[in-house]
Amino acid sequence: MGEGHHHHGSQAHGEDHDHHHSDVPSDPALRVKALESLLVEKGLVDPASLDYLIDLYETRIGPRNGARVVARAWTDPAYKARLLAKGGLAIKELGYEGRQGEDIVVVENTPAVHNLVVCTLCSCYPWPVLGLPPVWYKSAPYRSRAVIDPRGVLREFGVELGGEVELRVWDSTSEVRYMVLPQRPPGTEGLGEESLADLVTRDSMIGVGLALAPKVTA
Amino acid sequence: MNGAHDLGGMQGFGPVGAEPDEPVFHAEWERRAFALTLAAGALGKWNIDQSRYARERQPPAEYLATSYYEHWLYGLEKLLVEKGLVTAEELATGKAAARSDLSPVGITQMSEIIRRGGAHRIASDLPARFSAGQKVAVRNRHPLGHTRAPRYVRGRQGVIDRDHGVFVFADSSGSDQGPKPQHCYVVRFAAPELWGPEANPRDVVLVDLWDDHLDPA
Repeated sequence: MGEGHHHHGSQAHGEDHDHHHSDVPSDPALRVKALESLLVEKGLVDPASLDYLIDLYETRIGPRNGARVVARAWTDPAYKARLLAKGGLAIKELGYEGRQGEDIVVVENTPAVHNLVVCTLCSCYPWPVLGLPPVWYKSAPYRSRAVIDPRGVLREFGVELGGEVELRVWDSTSEVRYMVLPQRPPGTEGLGEESLADLVTRDSMIGVGLALAPKVTA
Repeated sequence: MNGAHDLGGMQGFGPVGAEPDEPVFHAEWERRAFALTLAAGALGKWNIDQSRYARERQPPAEYLATSYYEHWLYGLEKLLVEKGLVTAEELATGKAAARSDLSPVGITQMSEIIRRGGAHRIASDLPARFSAGQKVAVRNRHPLGHTRAPRYVRGRQGVIDRDHGVFVFADSSGSDQGPKPQHCYVVRFAAPELWGPEANPRDVVLVDLWDDHLDPA
């Protein structure tokens, strides 16, 4: 490892494109701007729909949804059983459904088994419960290493698994999406669902992190 | 195809490098590229598998040298031209030669499309070729078209973990060959089967694969 990246610069963006016009990669900001005005002018996209989509995924759908699912599973054994048996249906009970979450499988972390989710081929991720994936999830380092060096990846996120723990790496190669049910932290027996949801990090639902320990109140 | 997108098991990319703040988008053009891709996709002229295949055809050196939403932009431009929604001339000049016959998808219809999601699962009583616990081998195939069988599992042996049911077959759907519905399974591979004897025997990799990817082992 550590041989560094290839930086081909403009030679990587050669004239072999079948629809680009220059030898130099054009600024994506300019390309997107030109494309948007072209598609609007042709009547192919509605600008209001673009704003709607951006607002939806930038501010409305995020990992708080998944955290509520986890908190419910921690406090309601019957819900947890439904969640592990038919993840998507149980998640829909809380109102989360739709694109990139049509079939969700929830996998449970225990003292003996740790689960980790990746998409080596692209960026598959359960949008309705976690929102859009972070940059690192879509990046070459994570996608390449999560399957061949998962314990090394976990170490970078500060998670050191015991040698006796079975590590299951889920490569999301179909339209099924995976979400991890993290272990409930010790010392949370008296907490309600909302307080528990505060402890559920996005990383813990991907499997690169653990749920947070509760804050000790003085 | 054996493109640069098929990253599983490659080495040398360095640490994962999470950002401290993690904005959903890092520039206004990323917001627009994201939304344009979904809005154009909602016109129904291509499916999600064709959309992935378009990105996978970005030349490998360029794929690795560009960012995520640049992959999306590459794929969107390719599909718009290939599916005849925009001409190469229009894309190059940015000027519309003619208005489209199609109607843009408005907010109401868009929100319904997002809520409903894609119809990937097929209601079908098609029999499964495999069942949980059965040993399988992944076919060693290297199609030029789209495939969801990553290189690192081809030719390897695993065990059926579970049957997800009948789904659109992404390889066929992404290569303009129709849905070809069939069972999709979780296949469990022991890490040493994939990565050799030095791999941790307590590690397993689980990969979703379809009937057409598999043979009994």
